[in-house]
Formats: sequence, C-alpha cells, structure tokens
Amino acid sequence: MADNSTSTPTRRDFLFVATGTLSVVAVGGAVWPLIDQMNPDASVAALASIEVDVSAIEEGQAITVKWRGKPVFIRRRTADEIRAARAVEIDDLPDRLAKNPALPENSLATDENRTVSGKESWLVLIGVCTHLGCVPKGQSIGDSRGDFGGWFCPCHGSHYDTAGRIRKGPAPHNLELPPFEFLDDATVKIG
Amino acid sequence: MSGTSTYVPGSGIGRWFDERLPIVRLVHDNFGSHPTPRNLNYWWTFGGILTFCLVAQIVTGIVLAMHYTGHADLAFDSVEHIMRDVNYGWLIRYAHAVGASMFFFAVYIHIFRGLYYGSYKAPREVLWILGVIIYILMMATAFMGYVLPWGQMSFWGATVITNLFSAIPLVGPAVTEWLWGGFAIDNPTLNRFFSLHYLLPFMIFGVVILHIWALHVPGSNNPVGLNVKDKQDTLPFAPYYVVKDSFALVVFLIFFAWFVFYNPNILGHADNYIPANPLSTPAHIVPEWYLLPFYAILRAIPDKLGGVLVMFASLGILVVLPWLDTSRIKSATFRPLYRQFFWIFVANCLLLGYLGSQPPEGGFLIIARICTAYYFLHFLIILPVLGLVETPKPLPESITKAVLAKSDGAKASAIEDRET
Repeated sequence: MADNSTSTPTRRDFLFVATGTLSVVAVGGAVWPLIDQMNPDASVAALASIEVDVSAIEEGQAITVKWRGKPVFIRRRTADEIRAARAVEIDDLPDRLAKNPALPENSLATDENRTVSGKESWLVLIGVCTHLGCVPKGQSIGDSRGDFGGWFCPCHGSHYDTAGRIRKGPAPHNLELPPFEFLDDATVKIG
Repeated sequence: MSGTSTYVPGSGIGRWFDERLPIVRLVHDNFGSHPTPRNLNYWWTFGGILTFCLVAQIVTGIVLAMHYTGHADLAFDSVEHIMRDVNYGWLIRYAHAVGASMFFFAVYIHIFRGLYYGSYKAPREVLWILGVIIYILMMATAFMGYVLPWGQMSFWGATVITNLFSAIPLVGPAVTEWLWGGFAIDNPTLNRFFSLHYLLPFMIFGVVILHIWALHVPGSNNPVGLNVKDKQDTLPFAPYYVVKDSFALVVFLIFFAWFVFYNPNILGHADNYIPANPLSTPAHIVPEWYLLPFYAILRAIPDKLGGVLVMFASLGILVVLPWLDTSRIKSATFRPLYRQFFWIFVANCLLLGYLGSQPPEGGFLIIARICTAYYFLHFLIILPVLGLVETPKPLPESITKAVLAKSDGAKASAIEDRET
C-alpha cells in the first residue's frame, strides 16, 4: 500500500505502460487487414479505360456508357443548349467549381471549363447524382430534363443544367467529369 | 434475476446438474416464477411476439441461405429458383419477407406502448436504450436483406442509403468506397451485405438477452405505471403470462398468415421483380414501408449533410428521451395533456410515413417539413414543458387497488344495469 503514495514512477509502472502501448499497436496491426479488405480490391481498382465510338450521335442526342460500374453520359449539345449554359453567371451557381479532373481543383464552373476546347458541343459526365447516387433522367427522348434543360434526378428532385451543373434541389455538387480525351473525331477514351 | 430464486430441483439428477450449471434455475426464475405485475394488458404481449419474430426470421433465413447465391450475376435468378423450384421455397421466402414487415409492425406497437405508458422512465432507462439499439440493428438488417434479391429497388435503395455516408465531410467518399468495395454498388457490396445480413440477427439476439436482463432487474412497467409494492401486486410469469402471450401470438399469427398466403407482395415494391440495372434508376425510389418516416425526414431538409444529420438525430433523440421527459408520472392514463400529445405524435409519425411514399415536391415537401419540425418539437419542447405545467390525475395507491377498483366498478355498474 505504501508504494501507491510514491510520486516517482516505478519499474512496474513503466512495464504496465509499455505493455499497454505495444498491445494497442499489436491489436491495431491485426485489425487493419480486417478493415482494409473491404476497400476496392486490385481487380476493381485497376483503372480500366474504355473507348467509345461517338460518330453516330447527332446534335441533341446522348448515350450512356458504363465505366467502372458507373454510367457515363455523353451528350452532343445543340447550339441553344450551349448558349444557355454560357449565359449563366458563376455567382448564380450553387457549386462554383468545375469538377474537371483535367483542370486545377479550384477552376470555376464555366461552360468552357466543363468541356474540351474545340469540342465544346460535347459533354462527358459521370451520370451519378451528387446527392445520393441515383442516375438522373434526361438521356432519352421523352425524359424530363428538369427546369434547366439538362438532367433531372427523380429520386430527390435535383435539377442540372445543360453543362451538368447543379441548379436546384438537394445535390451539393455539379456532375463530375471523368478523365477523358478525344482520340479522334469519332472516338472518346474514358479513363 | 432479481430477488431470491424459488427453483427447487425435482430429482437427484436435477440437483446434481443445478450445482454444476444452474441453467434450469435461470429459465425457471426468468420465465417461470418471475413476478410480473398482475395488471398487464394485451399491449404487453408484443415482447413475446417480437421474440417469436426474431426466431422465425433466423430459422427461415438460415434455410433461404441454403439456396441463395450471393453474386451479382446469380442472386436474382437464385431467388426466382427459390420461388419456383425449391420445395416450399415460395412459402419460406414469403414468410421471411412478410416476416420482416411483421417484425417492424410489432416493434412499432412495442415502442409506442413504451411511449404511452412511460416505460422509458427511471429505473428503466438502460432497458429503453437497449431497445433503441435493437431497433437500429433491425433497420440495418432489414435494409441489407432487401438488397439481396438484387432487383431494381434493392440496387437503388442500396445506392441511396450507402450514399448517405458520402455526406460526411472530408472522409465521406472514402468511407462510401470502403462500404462498396468499389466505385459503385456491385458484386463486392452484395457479397458483404449477405455476410452481414447473416451476422446481424445474432447480434440482435445478444442485445435481446441484455434487454430481457435489464427488464427483469426492475421488473415490467404496467398500465398504471406504479412500482410493485408487495407480492399481491404480481403474478408468476408461468402460467399466467405464458398463456396470455401465447393467445396474443396466435391472433398475431392469423394476421401474419393472411399476408403470407393471400397477399405476400402487397408490402413490397413491384420494381424489385426487375433485375438490378446500374444504368437506369426507377422513376420513383421508395424504401420499405417501415423506413418511410425517416425517408420523409431525410428529404425534408434541402441540404445533403443536413438531411442526413437530422435523419440520424431523429433516431438518436430516442436515446436521450428518458431525460427529456420531465414528468415523474409514467402512465399517460394519469396525464391528461400528455395523452393528447401522444396521439398527435402518433398521427405525425403516420403522416411522415405517408409523405415518405410521395414525391418530394410542392405541398408534400412543405407538409413534410412541418411534420419533421413537429417530430423534434415533441421531444425537445413539449415533453420537457408538459412535465412542469401538467396536473396529473390522482394515482391509485397500488397496482392491486387499481385492479380491484376497476373490477368493483364493473361489478357495481353490472348491478346497476340489472336494477334498472
């Protein structure tokens, strides 16, 4: 009992702390593989790329392709749609960032920053609503395209414009762009 | 588990065994001689009904897992194989799917009974919190189970729910990919959901044991909300409540069987008979009926992170309920104001459920916002204030007095009827 009142750490205190610390490290090391096994595995993480033939898409049409398990929207916009997208002031956008992996992260969400120069009529977007992951409507003829002529997510009512930018509804961000490039006039490589 | 044991082994072998492993004593004390308030009404039979539901789900689930294939390419067809080829597969699957709805139906009655009679108040706070944990585990289990048939509602319901986690600042996307095991819901997600769907019911079973343990320390609450004062106030659990619970269970099973045999799909969504398609979201995604009120709350908030936080808060607030209600009177029978607010609260929850099934637009959205606000108002303002301003009705002296007064009253009015 007398030992309890000493203020200088004893050899036993040191052993307790050292054992405890090492035990925590050991348990953490043992648990980590059990947690990390749930992360995307090698076969999923392999950044697969696809090449898409877009030669048959007329102005005003769109197609949906699957890339890494997600839908990718490829839309060839009409002149009116491009004009509508360009007429929007950046200050009116709920999300002002371009979300384009080809540009610096803080690029503004202008129509130019959402497309490739020289190919301004083409929009290539990941077709996943940034709210809760539904696929917005607007790809097929007859779909509702929302109040801004782009896409409309039926799950929780998010409206995207003709540059895929969020304009109204609960989604916090603009539709993201995948990494992509035009190999030639007829082929887009995604990924 | 409280008081002294009344178990007396009937034979030499029984005595020998009892000295080594007193498990028969444990069962006898908890489900045989356990002193139970003598005035419990039929709302108290849902604990037994829920135990039955859990066991039924585990039994039918284990059987279904013998025929189900947890792979994105095969899952949908394996469920159809269960329905068409497996002997009695249709019955087992319908019993399991309807059983989930019945489980929630019973748990909602059980929860609202607790709210009406103040069963969450001291000394039963831990009992109540364990119940909230069971309820949350049930929702997680039911959600993952609904994903397994890999239909359109399975896939898109899973997409919406797992995306809730992407609202977490900074680590949200990483957490979501970790949950998925990929960049979207796919085979790895289905596989792990199958594994967890098999695990969670056994965790529920464990918490149920703690729930019963925490119940048997203070004993059951009862319709007048008074504590048991002496032996006169109680009856042994067997045979009195064994019989009462069994009778209620049989009535409940008739209700259950009607769904299984006459309308097994009415509680589900037709879109789940379309195989999952990652490129096309159904026009109208709705969760199962028992999650609709929370879905309405999620959509009522016009901000992603805010909606998610408020939805989880609507569950979390139940944990602190015992400390929000300032009234020392348990039963709503003696709380004239609380009784009215209780029914308004019930109506508000039902309305939220209806709104969750409707598109989040126009008038529906406005009403959903009002209902969401009222949900929190009930817990955060009404309950604390009511306890301070309400004048409760006079309480009976004891459980026995309350029971006898009731039967005397019945006798007196019967005599009056005869005389007139």
